[in-house]
Amino acid sequence: MIYEIFRQERKGQPFHHAGSLEAANHDFAEQYAKEFYGRRGESEALWVVPREAIIEVDEFVDELKRNYHRVDGYSLKEKLRRARERVGSALVARDR
Amino acid sequence: MQDEVGHSQLIYRVVEDLGKPREQCLDDLISGKAKFHNVFHYPTKTWGDVGVIAWLVDAAAIISQKALLKCSYAPYARIMKKICWEESFHILHGRDVVLTLMNGTDAQRELVQEAVDRWWGPLMQFHGNPIAKDEDPMYVWRIKSQGNEEARQQFLDGYVPQIWELGLTVPDADLRKNDDGVWEYTEPDWDELRSVVTGHGPKSQDRLDLRRKARESSAWVRQVVLAEAA
Repeated sequence: MIYEIFRQERKGQPFHHAGSLEAANHDFAEQYAKEFYGRRGESEALWVVPREAIIEVDEFVDELKRNYHRVDGYSLKEKLRRARERVGSALVARDR
Repeated sequence: MQDEVGHSQLIYRVVEDLGKPREQCLDDLISGKAKFHNVFHYPTKTWGDVGVIAWLVDAAAIISQKALLKCSYAPYARIMKKICWEESFHILHGRDVVLTLMNGTDAQRELVQEAVDRWWGPLMQFHGNPIAKDEDPMYVWRIKSQGNEEARQQFLDGYVPQIWELGLTVPDADLRKNDDGVWEYTEPDWDELRSVVTGHGPKSQDRLDLRRKARESSAWVRQVVLAEAA
């Protein structure tokens, strides 16, 4: 069986993918993971996960279809200029 | 030894994910079909060789391994991080052996010098012929991020001064660093490299025989492990 190994380098840090290993069962997987990724104190903790237990999602439908759901959908510069002009504050306000 | 076995486990795993079963890799290794690095085709005679191999061969190796850290295939790049990290211990180990011998007797210093003389040829061949980067498939496919000659120059620049400072000599009268920072050297023997890596080195067949025997004598371990897990 194939296991994916995630490694935490220091306490409090996120786990990062380190690699994978092949083992006959969970017990061997645990031992191999220690040998491959924890012999020299380089890991605080390991996650040993059977590859088949991982559900990968890599297709995302754009359900929103409206640009006002995204930060790049806003162009405030022109509106702000007009709003400032309306009250005559264009000269004092910082342009942003 | 455990480090190296661990590295092979990681690399075989990446190869398996790319579609080639481990058993097939091992079959190719012991049949002589798969190539392995030129330095493994030579005999190791004395403790001088042990030190010089762990120091200089591993130094040359880590330069090519570091060029894999930015590999375009991320799973390979990730395991190379761990491998490079461990190889750096091996260099220290080799340097320690060499320094101990150099601080010893004349006979011990002689062992180191003889080993440098023996290994210089294979070391200069190690990074391959100076093929242009753009014609090197390994570079074009972004498997490695450095050309062969670049790697060799980096090796010479890093380690020749370290060899010289111990009072050792390098068996190449034409070796020198030019004013532009480029090392000049006698053209390595590329025919020897080709012949050695295709299984015609002085120790090629012995090394393969040892792998064959190891595979046979460890067959029962694989059986027990798989039976235990079943």
